[in-house]
Amino acid sequence: MPQNMPQNMPQNTPQNTPPSEPPSEPQNRPLLSLEGATVRFGGRPVLDAVDLAVVEHEIVCVLGPSGSGKSTLLRAVAGLQPLESGRVLLDSRDQSGVPAHKRGVGLMFQDHQLFPQRDVAGNVAFGLRMHGASRQQQDARVGELLDLVGMPGAARRAVAGLSGGEQQRVALARALAPRPRLLMLDEPLGQLDRSLRERLVVELRELFGVLGTTVLAVTHDQGEAFALADRVVVMRDGRIAQSGTPLEVWQHPADEFVARFLGFDNVVGATIAGEAADTPWGKLPVPEDAPQGTRTLLVRPAGVRLLPADEGLRCTVAARTFKGTHVAVQLQPEDAPRLDAACALREAPEVGSVVGVDFDAAEIVVLGDA
Amino acid sequence: MTRLGLMALPVAFFAVFFAYPVAAIVARGLKVDGAWQLGRIGDVLAQSDIRHVLWFTTWQALASTALTLLIALPGAYVFARFDFPGRHVLRAVVTVPFVLPTVVVGTAFLALVGRGGLLDDLWGVRLDTTVWAILLAHVFFNYAVVVRTVGGLWAQLDPRQEEAARMLGASRFRAWRKVTLPALGPAVAAAALMVFLFTFTSFGVVQILGGPTFSTLEVEIYRQTSEVFDLSTAAVLTIVQFVAVGAILAVHAWTVRRRESALRLVDPSVTARRPRGAGQWALLAGVLGSVLVLLVLPLAVLVQRSLDTADFGYYRALTHDDGGTFLVPPIAAIGNSLEYAVAATAIAVVIGGLAAAALTRRDAGRLVRGFDALLMLPLGVSAVTVGFGFLISLDKPPVDLRSSWILVPLAQALVGVPFVVRTMLPVLRAVDGRLREAAAVLGASPWRVWREVDLPLVRRALLIAAGFAFAVSLGEFGATVFIARPDNPTLPVAVARLLSRPGDLNYGQAMALSTILMVVCAVALLVLERLRTDRTGEF
Repeated sequence: MPQNMPQNMPQNTPQNTPPSEPPSEPQNRPLLSLEGATVRFGGRPVLDAVDLAVVEHEIVCVLGPSGSGKSTLLRAVAGLQPLESGRVLLDSRDQSGVPAHKRGVGLMFQDHQLFPQRDVAGNVAFGLRMHGASRQQQDARVGELLDLVGMPGAARRAVAGLSGGEQQRVALARALAPRPRLLMLDEPLGQLDRSLRERLVVELRELFGVLGTTVLAVTHDQGEAFALADRVVVMRDGRIAQSGTPLEVWQHPADEFVARFLGFDNVVGATIAGEAADTPWGKLPVPEDAPQGTRTLLVRPAGVRLLPADEGLRCTVAARTFKGTHVAVQLQPEDAPRLDAACALREAPEVGSVVGVDFDAAEIVVLGDA
Repeated sequence: MTRLGLMALPVAFFAVFFAYPVAAIVARGLKVDGAWQLGRIGDVLAQSDIRHVLWFTTWQALASTALTLLIALPGAYVFARFDFPGRHVLRAVVTVPFVLPTVVVGTAFLALVGRGGLLDDLWGVRLDTTVWAILLAHVFFNYAVVVRTVGGLWAQLDPRQEEAARMLGASRFRAWRKVTLPALGPAVAAAALMVFLFTFTSFGVVQILGGPTFSTLEVEIYRQTSEVFDLSTAAVLTIVQFVAVGAILAVHAWTVRRRESALRLVDPSVTARRPRGAGQWALLAGVLGSVLVLLVLPLAVLVQRSLDTADFGYYRALTHDDGGTFLVPPIAAIGNSLEYAVAATAIAVVIGGLAAAALTRRDAGRLVRGFDALLMLPLGVSAVTVGFGFLISLDKPPVDLRSSWILVPLAQALVGVPFVVRTMLPVLRAVDGRLREAAAVLGASPWRVWREVDLPLVRRALLIAAGFAFAVSLGEFGATVFIARPDNPTLPVAVARLLSRPGDLNYGQAMALSTILMVVCAVALLVLERLRTDRTGEF
């Protein structure tokens, strides 16, 4: 699977290419590119001059809270939502004026939108019929796809009787059947329960790897995005806030918004001088190459170390939550915002007890301006 | 562009077969030597007998509406929320009057409260000289409008909303007043407006039960046109009715839009339960009693009167060519009516279906909304005017249909189209737009999307719409009475003609023919009732 060049990466971020992936191939032209794509609903920009490129065989996941414009992005590419300005290009061809049914892209809807009056085979074969495939071709392809998504023999079942996971598989088979050059997924696993979601996301990634499908997915679930994508694009208010591999985004959130969206709450204003930052939590160590001056600092929970009560920053334990692999602890310093810490189960202090805290420079990130 | 394409045929249809004839007859009445005589409007409206007609038209419509709501709202509640044996059959039964021809309704009430009617026979009571006969016939006719419009929504309101209010400390009555009543308000308003509209333009019922004393605008237009031959007075009255109906429809469109606000709706089958306690059983008994007396009894009397001679004598008389009233045996009217109704249904379904498809598109703007209201106008504009307008405007080039049989179905289709649109629209609008998008992304062109996604989902609604159009065409009277040729009468026209002649045999034949018409309409309706989906229709 070819690796693309990440966009919008901060210059100081190291490349964290997983070893299993081949080096990037610069000759790869983008299959899909958006240039300054803008959509407004009642004057409010929903997509605000978005530039994005997806190369062949790449899996890109757009991540953002609801209302950030990610579904509109998919609809604009599919031709269901006209652009106010900017362009959508597929294979370098401008798609303005090309109606949805002639774009040759697939879209899997959030709640699947299976045709209720058709059975499973009727749904999967729909796109093939629209493209004029013969009866034999349809039957063969439907069988092939139902095998692929793990539902052999379900062809004649009614869609109303399918479970959520089965509907999701049928929707996927239906979207894949006409061999779209680009497959788009809108919250593909949104309505499924947690364990099914975790299993399916692995299956999906494997499947797309085998088929070499180019995928643009949107989700609000970071776990889903990180598990599925080669590259994650974080959106905020119609703009791209950050783009990079899952590891890059996780390790180096671009700004306070991305950090908080990923669930990090230890974000604080700081004045950095040399290798120390002045914060409401006291002097914190920062990496050597940290930019100087007034900045925003992220301290990962793992970087908050608990000490005996008479050492470091004095805090009261306000709450603790069992998270399975670890315990999340909320600490209340005397005159500063709360701190999230993570510690092992047997080391977790009781609520109400007093502990000391110091900080690990390796888990502290200097954020960009939001 | 597609939308304009879809609208082209309905717009052309309405222009040629509605706007043109109505404009022609208005011009005929108000234009002298090429100059408009608008002063005639003031002159006509100053006449005391015309003022009397206007006043009577308005107050009887208000009184009929109030009486209908008073009697039908408890019925709406009972049919929506109570589960009792025979509920579904009874729901169909109360709908039968609505699709009955107004002539049959008038005849049935005549048989109940008129001279020699049931009450006359039993206690010597006659109501046909009082306004009560008209008001009761209007309740009979419109009971279903309230039960369908209000009860249909009531059955789908989530009872848990009221339960939530009660958990927050509201009493049972307070929860109903604060939660259910506001949700029902727009539906009650819409139903009331429809009843007002139907009764304001009432023709057949008043024609038969009103006698010389009572006359609505529509009856007066008929009288001025066909008896007094005062076309300019008829034209003025047509304009007055047009303006009044336009205003009613504007208010109706507004309430419908408000009704479309998001309510939490649930499957009606889960909200109904057995009545509990003496109060609820008494309410149920009261509603069943009123249905029996007001809706079932008139129809039963109608049937009984039609059989009031030995060996089905009145029915057998229908097959004789009596030479006076008709050029053909009255029974031939059945065949005519069915043929016309089938043609009218086909026209109404095509025109109404196209219009509904155009109105469904989400990007519908102001223009389309105006079109929506326009489609409703034939419901209220004087059918008499349309019929007479057909006669004087479609008899010469460019449109010369004078001798064509298609004239009658065309006029009947005009009245059927609004029903088709109203039945199809809610269903088409309920089709999830993303289902269409899913088909488009899979490569379906807009036409294919309609054929593959919309059509299969609305097939049932289409059948129901066709059934309504059929029943309405079958019963259409105001326009048909003008344009049906003497040798090809329709059932309602034949009934009216029989009633207008003296003698027991004619009276009995009218009852017999009305019974036949009622049975045909009721059968059509009962077939539809089996098809009915819970989302269809505002009628």
